Amino acid sequence: MMPGMGTFSRAARSALVVAAAGLLAAACGGSGGSAAPPASGGGGTSASGGGAPQVPTANLPVLQKIGQGEGTLNLIAWEGYLEPLWVKPFEQQSGCQVHATYAGTSDQMVTLMKNGGNGQYDMVSSSGDADLRIIYAGDAHPVNMSLIPETKDFFPAFQAPAFNTVGGVHYGVSLQWGPNVLMYSKKAFTSAPTSWSVLYDPKYKGQVTVPDNPIQIADAALYLKTHDPSLKITDPYELTQPQFQASVKLLTDQRPLIKKYWGLASQEISEFKNGDATLGAGWPYQVSALTDAKFPIGSVVPSEGATGWADSWMLAAKAPHPNCAYMWMRYISQPKVQAQQAVNYGETPDNKLACPYMNKIQAGSCALYHANAPQSYFDSISLWKTPVATCDNGQQDCVPYSEWQQAWTTQVTG
Amino acid sequence: MTAAQSAGPAAEGGAPGQDLAGRWPRVSAVLWRRPWARASLLLTPALAWFVLIYLAALVVLLITAFWRINPFTSNIEQVWGLNNFTLIFQTPAYRAIVLRTVGMAAGVTIVDAIIALPFAYYMARIASRRTRTFLYVAILLPLWASYLAKVYAWLLIFTHDGLLNWSLGKVGIGPVSLIYSNPAVFIVFCYVWLPFMVVPIYAALERIPPSQIEASQDLGARTWRTTRLVILPLILPGIVAGSIFTFSLTLGDFITPILIGGSGSNFMGNVIEQSVGIANNVPFAAAMAMIPIAIMAIYLLLARAAGAFRSL
Repeated sequence: MMPGMGTFSRAARSALVVAAAGLLAAACGGSGGSAAPPASGGGGTSASGGGAPQVPTANLPVLQKIGQGEGTLNLIAWEGYLEPLWVKPFEQQSGCQVHATYAGTSDQMVTLMKNGGNGQYDMVSSSGDADLRIIYAGDAHPVNMSLIPETKDFFPAFQAPAFNTVGGVHYGVSLQWGPNVLMYSKKAFTSAPTSWSVLYDPKYKGQVTVPDNPIQIADAALYLKTHDPSLKITDPYELTQPQFQASVKLLTDQRPLIKKYWGLASQEISEFKNGDATLGAGWPYQVSALTDAKFPIGSVVPSEGATGWADSWMLAAKAPHPNCAYMWMRYISQPKVQAQQAVNYGETPDNKLACPYMNKIQAGSCALYHANAPQSYFDSISLWKTPVATCDNGQQDCVPYSEWQQAWTTQVTG
Repeated sequence: MTAAQSAGPAAEGGAPGQDLAGRWPRVSAVLWRRPWARASLLLTPALAWFVLIYLAALVVLLITAFWRINPFTSNIEQVWGLNNFTLIFQTPAYRAIVLRTVGMAAGVTIVDAIIALPFAYYMARIASRRTRTFLYVAILLPLWASYLAKVYAWLLIFTHDGLLNWSLGKVGIGPVSLIYSNPAVFIVFCYVWLPFMVVPIYAALERIPPSQIEASQDLGARTWRTTRLVILPLILPGIVAGSIFTFSLTLGDFITPILIGGSGSNFMGNVIEQSVGIANNVPFAAAMAMIPIAIMAIYLLLARAAGAFRSL
């Protein structure tokens, strides 16, 4: 997701949640929740959990060899994900003309991908929250990863992540990701805060800014996971009613401290710049924008860890230009192209070889966007996924996203 | 008499211009003789647009409000019920948001009317022709500028290190923390909707013949009495027209609260925007959208009872 310059895309993403959850629940319901557990596909933690819903397109034959390009490639993307800087060279190399359709929200992406992309769209750059919706709706096509050797250089966590790989079948290639960091003004803090607790400390009343986004409840849950062990929170996206209520209560109590719930990245930037906020939750994009503006901004992933997002290029079930699509997947996974997009958007590339290219584009950007960080850094990030009613243990007592959204508007920001 | 007959000689004449000239009077003559044809030709495009696009969309929206979404798939289910409305009226936060929005709209309308009345009076009855033109342009000019640019301008004025605090600092008054609060939203609303109040009041004032005011004075009424008994009743339709603008525009706006508002600045427009944009819950958004419609209907009925539309 682009660090929304002037769009509401991030909030939209949060909308994400709804989608994935819905699918899973519906699928589980249909199968009576008694199906055999799915063969676990590679690395990441499973977002699909207990009931093993079926992917309708899982057995479609995959491409065995990338052939002659079709001359055209129709992509659905976040605005800013298809910049001429890296699209132009691709068009020259491959002979595939890229036609971009920009979506503002995860919901819109899911809608455009309905009916397998309708034979019109080839791929979509959706986020972890929307991917499973697209997959379980049968709108994504299996991908033959052996045709995309560039992905072997991806960090292990993105080789077969649960948000785009189900039962060992890949439905797209991972793209980029990013954490939601704790930002602080160095004018107000001489040393970096080590805990998210500063955001809940009455001492900083009227100086705190956090995203206007129901997924923030996961940030509160992540904090409580460490600070209230009696709640036994294991996954901030899978909360039982008591865990959920405690997280919402924490945010309700936080409200008097909040200067503003920001909706646009640009808002948070100007809040810091103008001295209206000294503390907040945000993305590396805001940090780099403020640094560029010579503002003394600091950012940290505190001891409790942080939440984050991850995007993928998903292949449409009825992609009309599969050869061009595979060429694009290969191209966008190259270290240099990954570096261009990462620096352009302020994200972390999935390709571990991208680091030197990033520093070539902008000195220090590799470290700034954690592209060279150790595995422990990645482990500290809980990537967004849709809260669904079915918990990982198969029980139906988790709070679904629709309730998150309602609690956010009626109890937190009201 | 038929088109074919008239086309024949024109074609023989050769020049295409003559052809047209020969035909048009016929068309207008036909229309003149058949008023119903004239009326339907003139009105059909606008009416079709209004009925098919506007009214149909509105009706569909209103119907949606009685449906619900499946909490898991977030697909719309055509199950009839009032649960969206009961949710709005039984949730304290939504009740507070409705009251906050109505209070804000009423406050903005009253303050705009108080500012606009003397301003429009000066423009219509005191200012020279030149000054009047200048003031008129001054009022209308901001309407040509982007709404967003104006709101962002206020953001720059209100921020902690902004123009307001800089000026206050010059005269030795401590910094105020106005940005990201409802008073700031109130000030910006009053500013952006002011032209919509000034223009109708000005138009109403301009239409009062000077002789009527002179007559009032000749009959012994002093300034206040003339204002209250002659001018105010005559410009009431103008005030009501202006208040409909300011009231309904404030009821529906969600951008100013997003940009200028703080942690307690959720208005009805924001709830609708979030319900559609984030939660994908169109039925709930539709139910919420019916509230401003109902409020405006009540408002218009009250205005009619007060005689605001008698001159229409």
